[in-house]
Amino acid sequence: MKILVCITHVPDTTSKIQFTDNNTKFDKTGVQFIIGPYDDYALARAVELRDQTGGELTVLNVGEAETEPTLRKALAIGADKAIRVNAFPKDAYFVALQIAHYAKEGAYDLILMGRESIDFNGGMVHGMVGELLGMPSISPVMKLDIEGQSAKMAREIEGGKEYIEVDLPFIAGCQEPIAEWKIPNMRGIMSARTKPLDVVETISDETFSQVNAFQLPPAKGAVQLIDKDNVEELVRLLKNEAKIL
Amino acid sequence: MMSFELNENQEMIAQMIRDFGAKEITPYRNEWDEKQFFPLELFKKLGELGLMGVLVPTEYGGSGFGYLEYVTAIVELSKLDPGVGLSMAAHNSLCTGHIMMFGSEEQKQKYLPKLATCEMLGAWGLTEPNTGSDAGNMRTVAIKDGDHYVINGAKNFITHGVSGDVAVVIARTGEVGDSHGMTAFVIEKGTAGFRGGRKEDKLGMRCSETAEMIFEDCRVHESQVLGEVGEGFIQSMKILDGGRISIAALSLGIAEGALDASLAYSKERQQFNQPINRFQGIAFKLADMATETEAARLLTFKAADLKNRGVKVTLASAKAKYYASEVAVRNANEAVQIFGGYGFTKDYPVEKYYRDAKLCTIGEGTSEIQKLVISREVLK
Repeated sequence: MKILVCITHVPDTTSKIQFTDNNTKFDKTGVQFIIGPYDDYALARAVELRDQTGGELTVLNVGEAETEPTLRKALAIGADKAIRVNAFPKDAYFVALQIAHYAKEGAYDLILMGRESIDFNGGMVHGMVGELLGMPSISPVMKLDIEGQSAKMAREIEGGKEYIEVDLPFIAGCQEPIAEWKIPNMRGIMSARTKPLDVVETISDETFSQVNAFQLPPAKGAVQLIDKDNVEELVRLLKNEAKIL
Repeated sequence: MMSFELNENQEMIAQMIRDFGAKEITPYRNEWDEKQFFPLELFKKLGELGLMGVLVPTEYGGSGFGYLEYVTAIVELSKLDPGVGLSMAAHNSLCTGHIMMFGSEEQKQKYLPKLATCEMLGAWGLTEPNTGSDAGNMRTVAIKDGDHYVINGAKNFITHGVSGDVAVVIARTGEVGDSHGMTAFVIEKGTAGFRGGRKEDKLGMRCSETAEMIFEDCRVHESQVLGEVGEGFIQSMKILDGGRISIAALSLGIAEGALDASLAYSKERQQFNQPINRFQGIAFKLADMATETEAARLLTFKAADLKNRGVKVTLASAKAKYYASEVAVRNANEAVQIFGGYGFTKDYPVEKYYRDAKLCTIGEGTSEIQKLVISREVLK
């Protein structure tokens, strides 16, 4: 089975978010980058499926040269080869176009990615890739098993779960608990240096949108503690200061 | 150009240990410390990750990395729990290192793959109850009897003295006082006449097992001699040259851990309506800690780099071990002071760093012995 896992290169979840260039660019100073946590679940399940069924696992990222350590981490975790589409990921459509092109070229049986990235949280790429390739795209998938040429999945829906069966090939946006995150071992880290990491060019520069500016949420105010018996004071503050009553 | 930054492999190893440790070490470290429990299962997991054979070449089942990656791994483990860092370092650099450096091809094939995965846990015995720094005066003897040696005596303060599956042991085969009168043997657990003795009840490093090893008419076949007969002490000094880099790394982990904890606490803790790091009394402590930690890091990685390049590291590793261990003690001491009353409790990690750090100025050559080594080298 040929599996493609698309990963994002995103700021660590504890990063301090700041912007530069008149609030138009994310300030990367001192920020540590990681594999998107949802993509990490997709990768972990893909490693398990590859180990069960054999075949080849490729990871792909649309990003500039700085994302290569993230791709090599995915190789250390267990991917067999990596592809970096050499471009800044301008918007969801732009990323989906690149993925769709290289996914079609590679004729993958299974295309996995996170349900969403954790930088812009659009959650759109898997759907767009499905549309571009004319394949089913399912998200958020929390359980995935492959049986022959079809897959059984559990998808999270409002208030419960939905169980789906679909033929290969298809696209899935993944989330926990599809698999446990995998920690690379020393042998994996060593072998990541010799696994292929191909850099390819973009297929199209077309985008749907552009970012004009970012704005941080207002800073959190100080917390005021009120004695549990002093309900009158609580009501007064909610009315006069918080102005929510 | 010389780079002072971690390389990509080192970054990945550090992250791997942080991710692993958050699940497998941090939640349990206080319990292990309190009960003085040696978490053997943890070391098996470290073996699966490849951390018990970091320097062992891949053809012997190891990870095949160099000293920069090895030091990084010890630093990160020691930040989480110095006792885990100590056990991992002793296994890698002493027992495994001795077999790797002086073992025959057959001995390497037999032991290294099992040590690298921690299927076998390693111990290394040089110190005796009456000979610490004066190791050359050891009393444990090995008398030749046909194609065997009969070993009698005791070793103490041995990391994994009870739980070790295989031990490298130095015993006297010649005259007292002759530095070429001692021989290294590799002895497996279960060999008749060899047993673990009393486990020490320690101030710190409590999850790392430290115990006696006792030999009573223990018959060891001559095929278990490591390298040349009579060269065990000389071999040990070479092993300790490398071993000191491990203890420097362990010390650096404690120093960095104590600094990181102090920085975080000094930002959170408010007194007189401001964070305590606004007071120079605290800020200057942090400045000293940060500067000395950086100096310890540079000395430690310099020694590691020289070792990688096959250069003699006696001086560099003694300097690194001496300085980094003293910084670990000072940083842990200042960290407790910065944390004030909370630093004296087990609710924060600095109390444990304070107790664990002291081993670093003692084990694998005291600070005083390091100064002897350094002064002899610089006076040559």
